[in-house]
Amino acid sequence: MKVTNKFSMALLAKSSNESFARACVSAFATQLDPTLEEISDIKTAVSEAVTNCIVHAYRSGMGNIYITSELLEPNIIRIKIRDKGCGIENVEKAMEPLYTTVGGERAGLGFAVMQSFMDRISVRSAPGKGTTVTMYKKISRRFGGNA
Amino acid sequence: MSVEINVTGEVVTAYLSGEIDHHTAKAIRENIDSAVDLNMPTLLVLDFKDVSFMDSSGIGLVMGRYRNLAKSGAELHITGASEQIHKMLKLAGIEKLAKIEGR
Ligand SMILES: Nc1ncnc2c1ncn2[C@@H]1O[C@H](COP(=O)(O)OP(=O)(O)O)[C@@H](O)[C@H]1O
Ligand SMILES: [Mg+2]
Repeated sequence: MKVTNKFSMALLAKSSNESFARACVSAFATQLDPTLEEISDIKTAVSEAVTNCIVHAYRSGMGNIYITSELLEPNIIRIKIRDKGCGIENVEKAMEPLYTTVGGERAGLGFAVMQSFMDRISVRSAPGKGTTVTMYKKISRRFGGNA
Repeated sequence: MSVEINVTGEVVTAYLSGEIDHHTAKAIRENIDSAVDLNMPTLLVLDFKDVSFMDSSGIGLVMGRYRNLAKSGAELHITGASEQIHKMLKLAGIEKLAKIEGR
């Protein structure tokens, strides 16, 4: 898959950056002429991954969240969200719907939302090193034009 | 993000507006809970008409309110959910806990 465009950024894992991060990625995605629903799906999935970095990865400190997004032919967006936080012991278990390691009001649905709102998601994690979530979404070509 | 509370008899309605995420959820929760504690409603209505974005933190918010209300036998209704918010509510199976109005 040929990469036609790319952007990267690093931002502090502060909850006030959640809305900024999803706005950046969704603004970049508009180059593929997505529908409002597709934009909203992307925003939601990014919000989930970024929130996980803040709430889980860096729960005992502060660190950077690294976001890279690429546009791929034909009309696909790839989004990578990486942290250097605590990592995940058992990724398969973490991805089960309703599974959460934090009490209070986490729904345990972050990964379920990423899986259902994006076309494909893969998670790589090493305990003590960090986690990378990579998500793909194919954008429908509404007007048959090129991005 | 803001919450406006309306109390009519035994019904508390919370009109939510703006974006609901992990950053904003705490303040929303505190607003709703203080109105519920004060008024002891038999029905809490969460109005999502002016909510422009919601991730799974919003689901946590809804489930948490449901659990609190269930202790006193009170009900939870949801109204005004957009297509996108409805998609999220459905994924979480919220219709089993709360009546979703206007669908
Ligand atoms: N970036 C991350 N770093 C460390 N742990 C994570 C990360 N993302 C997710 N997790 C783990 O996976 C679990 C499930 O995540 P998720 O489905 O988003 O639910 P929630 O955030 O509501 O707990 C979390 O409770 C946490 O234990
Ligand atoms: Mg999460």
